[in-house]
Amino acid sequence: MRKQRIVGTSVPRLEGRDKVTGQARYVDDMVVPGMIYGATVRSRVPRGKIRKISFGPGIDWNEFAIVTANDIPGKNCIALIEDDQPCLADGMVNHPEEAILLLAHPDRHLLPKAVAAVSIEYEPLPGIFTMEASEARSQIIWGVDNIFKSHLIEKGDVDAVWGNADYIVEGEYRTGAQEQLYIETNGMIASFDAQQGLTVWGSLQCPYYVHKALMKLCDLPADRVRVVQLETGGAFGGKEEYPSMIAGHVALLAMKSGKPVKIIYDRMEDMTATTKRHPSRTRYRTAISKDGRILGGEIEFTMDGGAYETLSPVVLSRGAIHSGGPYHWPSIRIQAKAVATNAPPHGAFRGFGAPQSLFALERHMDRIAQVVGLSPVEIRRRNFLKPGETTITGQTVNEAIDLGKLLDRALQLSDYQAKKERFARQNPQSGSKKGIGLAAFLHGAGFTGSGERYLGSVVGVEACADGSVRVLVSSTEFGQGTKTVLCQIAAETLGLRYEDVEIAQPDTHEVPNSGPTVASRTIMVVGKLVQSAALGIRKTLRAGGVLAESYSPDEFRAACRSYVAEHGKFRSLARYEQPHDVVWDEGKYRGSAYAAFAWAVYVAEVTVDLTTYNVSVDDFVALQEVGKVLHPVLAKGQIIGGVAQAIGFALYEKVVWEKGRMQNGQMTNYIMPTSADLPTIRVYFEELGNVHGAFGAKGIGELPMDGPAPAIVNAIEAALGVSFHSIPLLPEDIFDALGEKAGVESAVSAAQGER
Amino acid sequence: MSESPQERGKGEIILTVNGKLVGVRAHAMERLLDVLRHDLGLTGTKEGCGEGECGACAILLDGVLVNSCLIPVFQAIGADIVTIEGLAADGRLRVLQRAFLECGGAQCGICTPGMILAAFHLLSKKPQPTLEEVREGLSGNLCRCTGYMQIFEAVAEAGRRGGMT
Repeated sequence: MRKQRIVGTSVPRLEGRDKVTGQARYVDDMVVPGMIYGATVRSRVPRGKIRKISFGPGIDWNEFAIVTANDIPGKNCIALIEDDQPCLADGMVNHPEEAILLLAHPDRHLLPKAVAAVSIEYEPLPGIFTMEASEARSQIIWGVDNIFKSHLIEKGDVDAVWGNADYIVEGEYRTGAQEQLYIETNGMIASFDAQQGLTVWGSLQCPYYVHKALMKLCDLPADRVRVVQLETGGAFGGKEEYPSMIAGHVALLAMKSGKPVKIIYDRMEDMTATTKRHPSRTRYRTAISKDGRILGGEIEFTMDGGAYETLSPVVLSRGAIHSGGPYHWPSIRIQAKAVATNAPPHGAFRGFGAPQSLFALERHMDRIAQVVGLSPVEIRRRNFLKPGETTITGQTVNEAIDLGKLLDRALQLSDYQAKKERFARQNPQSGSKKGIGLAAFLHGAGFTGSGERYLGSVVGVEACADGSVRVLVSSTEFGQGTKTVLCQIAAETLGLRYEDVEIAQPDTHEVPNSGPTVASRTIMVVGKLVQSAALGIRKTLRAGGVLAESYSPDEFRAACRSYVAEHGKFRSLARYEQPHDVVWDEGKYRGSAYAAFAWAVYVAEVTVDLTTYNVSVDDFVALQEVGKVLHPVLAKGQIIGGVAQAIGFALYEKVVWEKGRMQNGQMTNYIMPTSADLPTIRVYFEELGNVHGAFGAKGIGELPMDGPAPAIVNAIEAALGVSFHSIPLLPEDIFDALGEKAGVESAVSAAQGER
Repeated sequence: MSESPQERGKGEIILTVNGKLVGVRAHAMERLLDVLRHDLGLTGTKEGCGEGECGACAILLDGVLVNSCLIPVFQAIGADIVTIEGLAADGRLRVLQRAFLECGGAQCGICTPGMILAAFHLLSKKPQPTLEEVREGLSGNLCRCTGYMQIFEAVAEAGRRGGMT
């Protein structure tokens, strides 16, 4: 095989120069001639009937474009999986901050005053604000039973194992909502023209999701809706589905006013009205043999979906499938459900359900270790999946992954044993307690089950008149390095220089639908299609007799030029085909849940200060097997960034709810990690390769979100001897738990004193 | 002719931005951020939170790092303002900007202009900062993508190569 020259090296980020000079154009930097500004009037109650809308004094309402549900030309919905979420509430609101009415005006400074002058009378209805209340069904707020979706996954005969178990270990674990907190808030611009149709520019992950939603909402054919992604200032899943809503709003205002309209959310609107990570509750009941082997288990995985279904069924499915982790379960029954509450819908966020269930599992493994009397290391080692064994969905592990070896390397890199012993010696004499904890986990790359087959992604590569090659995908760049790595793949495939390859701006009029930019699928799935499409270009040039079998980059460019001069520019398209060894039974939920898994062992070292109850993470080792690393600097950046977000998920980021509304929707009171809060995050890769990914790549974007929270909470338990079952874990939670423990201990010693 | 409501109360304000004198019509209390972005078209300065928490709108005002969302424009009169556009005004990247590119210091790019100005400010005070000084110096600038490590590397690398050039 030819040595790779470009893939595997850290070429400059394609749009990097624009980003470091301030020239990169984000949606709020764009001005369309004649553009006016839009704003959204939102519900102030969690649930109720809209009785009356009135427009208050002091505002010249004739100057405003006003849009209500009655102005919607098509169906009043945000098309996604189900059409249950309205674009504008019509007669009924189901969560706080639900959009009811839209305003637009040339002077953006007038909008906040106008929004405040619209008063809405409601007939309030009782709301549901917890998963437990939703399950109790005192109010039915969605469908017939408040359940958006449930999944049942079964393997083996779990009912038969309880009699044989030496230990039955149970536990319940919870994770809170988490805000994506991209630094660029959401924003969109729309322009409408009766001839050309609708054009929308914005900050978004999935151009064709927006395209589909606008066609249905505005009742326009595909060729009269154009969606263009601009530079996007962070997304993390938070710009997967909600941008369709904002695009709908600017589109309706542009159609009503006849002018281009821009909506930019301010931070509080973005935080209180848009999606967050689903809160979760996971219950494990596990049967364990006396030597610490898992015999079987029952898992109940429940997520709070908020008021509308949106993406909850698929977040639920990924979370449920990951709840078995990297372990061998001879038998298992997983019952998963997403329930409705009167909060804004929870949605996509890096990890997509897996960080929730893996937090529970990796806490539970430490609990099993304690009950059995083994170390956290040994309990994991004895239960790791091995090649030839099957996952909880019956998928055979058919790669040479050696999780025991991965674990050993992580222990060595983190100096785990020596530190553990040292902390045990030093903690009793110290006012701050140190601990070390670990988590082992996996993350499936690409859509779950048959998802990639249903998507049927298409990628194009174009030969241009100037001899360059252009990649055509709807896959978007929002920091991960999509553009850079896809260009590397095309250049490597064709034997060109990185500089010889360009990539088109994601614009639904220009690029085919290569699927949404989610699910750690872009480099593995779309990258592989870029490879195929690029090969098609070479084949055409060779067949046309303009390219020799071996060639230099300049000869390739010359061949493109002469072919295009004669025949016009041409495109090679490649469409996804499910590999023959990837088979999924949607009815039984069995088979290959993912074409590839990335595997990881993370180790966290913490100090808990017993004066402030503050936890600091002092060292963090992130070791993972991710197939092949195509761009070392970008790959490392993905891992560090994901770990940092997950440290926030574990220790800092708490959404404070009051009747379905976020109360701390500001950066001053919703706290994400700063540069002073994080340890040096040490990143290491193992590279086994992957037959299904471009040049052996697997997905890596979401993986680092899964492991840090349980590793950190395991370390805190090791430090304090107190077990914690939910995150975020704030200093006040630790204070309370230690107070309770002290109370119990003093009560016990008092009772003993009496005897 | 009477002024439109939007024009009422506005006055001519002269500012020194990236070494050039520029005139704008603005309210005295208008945010410097808005004047830079809307009136002067210098959109490299970003808005992240609007309350001085995230640092995306950071600029240099007489060599001091400030959040331009908290500065009324009248306070900037007579001051020397430097925005991200002023750093590579001749088209040549600064050492610091090149280091950000090479080390992976910019991902989505939205915090990058403010982050680079904060790093530039730090290097002007401490040409060879320690890791602790970098952590402290950048702690007013939030980045959600990178986890900061590659930004630290970029600043250290720029320090080694001569920082301010």
